[in-house]
Amino acid sequence: MPRIGVFVCQCGNNIAATVDTKKVAEEMKNLPGVVFACDYKFMCSSPGQDMLKNAIKDNKLDGVIVSACSPHMHEKTFRKACESAGLNPYQCEITNIREQCSWVHHDKTKKAGTLKSADLTRMTIERLKKNKPLAKIKIPVKKKAIVIGGGIAGIQAALDIAEGGVDVIIVEKEPSIGGNMARLSETFPTMDCSQCILTPKMVEAELHERITLYTYSEIEKVDGYIGNFTVQIRRKSKYVDEERCTGCGECIEKCPFKVDSAFELGMTKRKVIYTPFPQSVPNVPVIDAPNCTKIQKDKCGVCAIVCGPKCIDFKMEDKIVTVEAGAIIVATGYQLMPNERFGEYGYGRIKDVISGMQFERLASASGPTGGEIKRPSDGKVPRSVVFIQCAGSRDEKKGVSYCSKVCCMYTAKHTMLYSHKVHHGQSYVFYMDIRAGGKRYEEFVRRAIEHDNAMYLRGRVSRVYERDGKVLVQGADTLSGNQVEIEADMVVLATAIISRDGADTLAQKLSIGYDKYKFYNEYHPKLKPVETVTAGIFLAGTCMGPMDIPDSVAQGSAAASKVLSLFSADEMTREPITAIVNKVTCNSCWDCLTACPYSAIERDAVKNRQGVITKWLAKVNEGVCQGCGVCVAACRSKSIDLRGYTDEQVFAAINAF
Amino acid sequence: MKIKLAQSAIEGSEINQLERVTGEELKRCYQCGKCSAGCPVSFAMDIPPTQIMRFLQLGMFDDVMKANSLWVCVGCLQCYARCPQGCSVANVLEGLRQMVLRKGEDHYGVKEISARFLEKAPQQAIVCGFRKFVS
Repeated sequence: MPRIGVFVCQCGNNIAATVDTKKVAEEMKNLPGVVFACDYKFMCSSPGQDMLKNAIKDNKLDGVIVSACSPHMHEKTFRKACESAGLNPYQCEITNIREQCSWVHHDKTKKAGTLKSADLTRMTIERLKKNKPLAKIKIPVKKKAIVIGGGIAGIQAALDIAEGGVDVIIVEKEPSIGGNMARLSETFPTMDCSQCILTPKMVEAELHERITLYTYSEIEKVDGYIGNFTVQIRRKSKYVDEERCTGCGECIEKCPFKVDSAFELGMTKRKVIYTPFPQSVPNVPVIDAPNCTKIQKDKCGVCAIVCGPKCIDFKMEDKIVTVEAGAIIVATGYQLMPNERFGEYGYGRIKDVISGMQFERLASASGPTGGEIKRPSDGKVPRSVVFIQCAGSRDEKKGVSYCSKVCCMYTAKHTMLYSHKVHHGQSYVFYMDIRAGGKRYEEFVRRAIEHDNAMYLRGRVSRVYERDGKVLVQGADTLSGNQVEIEADMVVLATAIISRDGADTLAQKLSIGYDKYKFYNEYHPKLKPVETVTAGIFLAGTCMGPMDIPDSVAQGSAAASKVLSLFSADEMTREPITAIVNKVTCNSCWDCLTACPYSAIERDAVKNRQGVITKWLAKVNEGVCQGCGVCVAACRSKSIDLRGYTDEQVFAAINAF
Repeated sequence: MKIKLAQSAIEGSEINQLERVTGEELKRCYQCGKCSAGCPVSFAMDIPPTQIMRFLQLGMFDDVMKANSLWVCVGCLQCYARCPQGCSVANVLEGLRQMVLRKGEDHYGVKEISARFLEKAPQQAIVCGFRKFVS
């Protein structure tokens, strides 16, 4: 006969107001197997927990029921208390008589609430009788991390992990790390030069003995689970031997062919063998194969001739590298919405309509104009510049419904940079709202308006067109209620931030969720902001949605701290609430395999005495299984059970009702 | 109304003069509307105080001068007392009045005042009226 103890919590008045807890406890005493029952004001308090521990010892209890709040609240508390009293923690079960009973009943006579609480508690008692003691699962952890994306969030995450004494690999798609931040001229609200604060971190990452850079590389395949991922990385052919290249730049200088520079957003040309920007890390050029005549037509080859250390190899091929890692941080960043989508703004048709990122390059000392604001059409200094905010953002019909968050701030910064560089120029900003929520952000915008003479106009622009070499902007000022026309020399669009091309394919490889805009989903928007539903995979930066540099850096560090705490022990413990397959009845239909959202089901080979595989059966990988129970429902031969929630337990509970 | 916005209008000479005589910085106004909300006479104005500030920011000096607002303002300074940016619309309107009066253009002819009104009105009101409406 089991020896069960029942503890009914009053939760102050939360439960006691509509449930007669004493009566519930008394009723339970009459049930077979129940040797102790009582009620108490706050079971979760220290005296409450002590009472539970003492009762276990005094009555030699082998099972405990706590009828209280939702197991989400205090299941851990009571299981720990039981464990310290020498009881298997999974012999402690919670009955939810608060959220699912007392809170939904308003009957002050306590009749209905008491009846229901007694029913629920009795069901849990019967369920507990069928419980089997469980032990926590221990999984070995491979102490190595992979950071996907070498922008500022990824660099920060990698540096923090490396400083914590763990090896990290940064996988970057482009030939250099640095990401979008490398393009920016100056940063709000302090006006630090972006390159000046970024490049030291890039170099630190390159030189750190625990960081390995895989640039010009992409994730091919991800297998495994938390603590034990196997990741295949495609190292795209650079056609340059990274080990031997000295970064002298002779090949770049002598290359006779030029194409539009993607880094400079098409505002200038680059060579076919190139580094994206002068401070590239690593400082190793790559050959842009589709545009290289040597690779395409076997003509030219000048770079290989001039290369001193002879490190150019036109026959080089992509390599697949397999890495074992315990955790993955995804920091793949963002891209900008194509401006051509908004015909009324004339982007692509009118040369002097540019994007905010192009303005960053114009204002950058390393940009195509050396930091002078010159308009693309004729290279003249623009005397009036119109900035159009929300170009694509907050536009459900043609753009995206969300706010891109950083445009208000960078546009204010643009007007400042413009007024500092072109003293007699006039800037106009069309805005819908000014969103300057951040430390010293509002003051920054006011400074642009009051000291740098930016003329802010509340309203959208309906049309941008050309007349007599001028760009005419037709908008509105809703504050004065007027239609406004401005003769501008240049127009800058604050383009919406969108997720990267291929964000969805990467998410599918990693089994992480994403929203309708293909931004990755965090586990919980408030309390688990850098975790994903897949244990061991973390997020940082703008791959989750638009955010500014301080937020991205903070998230990089947050994700790194999650990885370091995961790696703090050699073994990881997990809850044993996992599915288990009955090998005798499994008929290998593989419904479970297709149903499992976590890819936790594996095909397990069964061998005969001669060592020949006779059949394949389903097996649950305990490291991956989240205990959701989908496979249990899908299994046609009823061969899968969920530990802690077996069919036997569930039926026992239903029968007791 | 359609306006053609240009630097020359925003930084026009009248606007500069107004800022100089009043000591007010028009750019500081961020159009929250608290002045219009509290003004005891804004109901009688052609252009309410907030929009007076906006029109001036846009360089629409002539449109402001046509409005009755500058003569309706009683100078109670509630707009100034409540303004989160420390702007005084009353001060701006006083400046505008001065700019008219200093050209010798009286808003109200002294001779037009009826004798009966002068007999009934308190002395203080007459003095203030002269100060406000007459050069």
